[in-house]
Amino acid sequence: MADSGRASQNHTFFPKASSNGKGKLKVFLIGDKAFKVFTAVVASSTFLIIGLMVYYLYLGSWPSIEKFGMGFAVGIEWNPVKGVFGALPLILGTLVTSAIALLIALPVSLGVALALSEYMPKKLSDIFSFFVELLAAVPSVVYGLWGIYVLIPFLREAIYPSIKSSLGFLPFFSGPIYGGGVLTAGLLLAIMITPIMSAIMRDLFILTPSALKEAAIALGATKWEAIRTMMSYARSGIIAATILGLGRAMGEAMAVTMVIGNRFQLLPSSLFDAWYTMAAILANEFIEAIDHLHISALINVGLLLLVINLVVLICARLVIWRHLKAVGGIMRE
Amino acid sequence: MTELREWFRRLKDKLVHILVYLALIAALTPLFSVLWEVFRRGISAINLDFFVKPTPAVGEVGGGVANAIQGTLITIGLASLIGVPIGIITGMFLSEYSETRLSSFVRLFNELLNGMPSIVIGLFAYALIATKIGFSVTAASFALALIMIPIVSRATEEALKLVPATIREAALALGMPRWKTAIFVALRGARKAVATGVLLAMARIAGESAPVLVTMGYWKWWFTGFDRPVAYLALNIFLFAKSPFENWIALAWGSALILVVIILGINVIVRLLMREKSL
Repeated sequence: MADSGRASQNHTFFPKASSNGKGKLKVFLIGDKAFKVFTAVVASSTFLIIGLMVYYLYLGSWPSIEKFGMGFAVGIEWNPVKGVFGALPLILGTLVTSAIALLIALPVSLGVALALSEYMPKKLSDIFSFFVELLAAVPSVVYGLWGIYVLIPFLREAIYPSIKSSLGFLPFFSGPIYGGGVLTAGLLLAIMITPIMSAIMRDLFILTPSALKEAAIALGATKWEAIRTMMSYARSGIIAATILGLGRAMGEAMAVTMVIGNRFQLLPSSLFDAWYTMAAILANEFIEAIDHLHISALINVGLLLLVINLVVLICARLVIWRHLKAVGGIMRE
Repeated sequence: MTELREWFRRLKDKLVHILVYLALIAALTPLFSVLWEVFRRGISAINLDFFVKPTPAVGEVGGGVANAIQGTLITIGLASLIGVPIGIITGMFLSEYSETRLSSFVRLFNELLNGMPSIVIGLFAYALIATKIGFSVTAASFALALIMIPIVSRATEEALKLVPATIREAALALGMPRWKTAIFVALRGARKAVATGVLLAMARIAGESAPVLVTMGYWKWWFTGFDRPVAYLALNIFLFAKSPFENWIALAWGSALILVVIILGINVIVRLLMREKSL
């Protein structure tokens, strides 16, 4: 039942040489050939889509590439009036917000995954897993709306002042507090990627052979020590899940642009300050851009985002291929 | 000495036990807050006008999101028209010829497409279509179709794998060619699971706003043609949320509520159905 799809693969249901049915058999097989070719061609459209995507974004960003070349990725000015565009602050903003998001989301997701797979009774864990998976389906724009009207006021009134008064001696907690900003964006991203990361990790932990844990327990290990043994076995899977979370965080446009403050500057004065990310500037400026070069520069940002994302996804795939041939289903949505 | 170590180990064990539950609470609190706030603020925005009136002009009182509901349905319909057949056929290829070299490449590229930031997919649709016919529902549907393809093809592949081999073999033994078996036996047997996959894909694109923004922008009126934009519910939330107008903000919460109810509703139903099947 489990691998039934493959069962029909190797069948030879036709007699190899039938005396007078040869013509019929040929006709019979043409249908199958045609079916295979047709489905293969349609399935191959994904290659075409990704290929065309790279090509068209390259084409669209050509005026910008022609004018700025590689300098685009290290330029620090974004001025549609003067026609000067550089994306370094956007790249930094994307990396920093995603890093903050991962820093928060990774331990939390690990904890959630462990709670669901190891600590909770099965019935309860089923219910909570159901919730976690459900929450991964909430649209990002809804998180953004919640970010503006619930998270920002809450952080501004209740959390940031006390962080500032206790940790204000550190340069990145010293600036004025707006509510929105780098830290808020990172936090919102963390909230958004936690469900998907913990769902992947939970599946991973459930799939690791229980013999590992049982052996550790039998040797007198505590539950946590046994789990640590198991986690070292699942390490590459955890890394892959983290990379996937990173990809999500970097590509998120709407929620980030709603809370980060959208200010183009090389470095923010503190984590409370406004900043920008690649995806956020696309969401914020693309529809209003009129100037040809401006549009092209924005598409160039999209091309950068595409390339970075492809690299990230392929890294995740390689990690999985190298270490986790045994564990399937980890790249699931 | 050993006793102290023993005690320390037990302490660590207990500590982790507490920490994982704290993590669970930390993760679920904001998520429940999202659902609660959307419900609380959304419900007060919803009345009859909400469902029958179009976007109010700036300064106008009342109004609704009827035009956005119309636009969302048209966009999703058009996207499904492109995305669903391609997704299903791709899924059939992946399950029928699952061991071929081509199929592992197709799977990889599906994953890449699935992980692509949706705003980048939107930019592609802009460059490919919107630069030729302008910001339009066609361009937006194309972008959303690309988001649907990997989801549908994956669901189809999984569904077809669950069809018992004995059923296929019976059809083949009766002399049915393989392509007929694949379509009329396997796909037919899996049609419910495939349909749930399609529904999930529709739920997913109903919540997408970034690709819609860069392919058709904001539109505050009704549908006027396939070469023009339409209003989109998820994008409306973004437009309304940033505005300073009280009734637009109320409409944003109302739209968020119906989107969340529809999307989570589909997810709940699908998951409950799947659970029943696996038992």
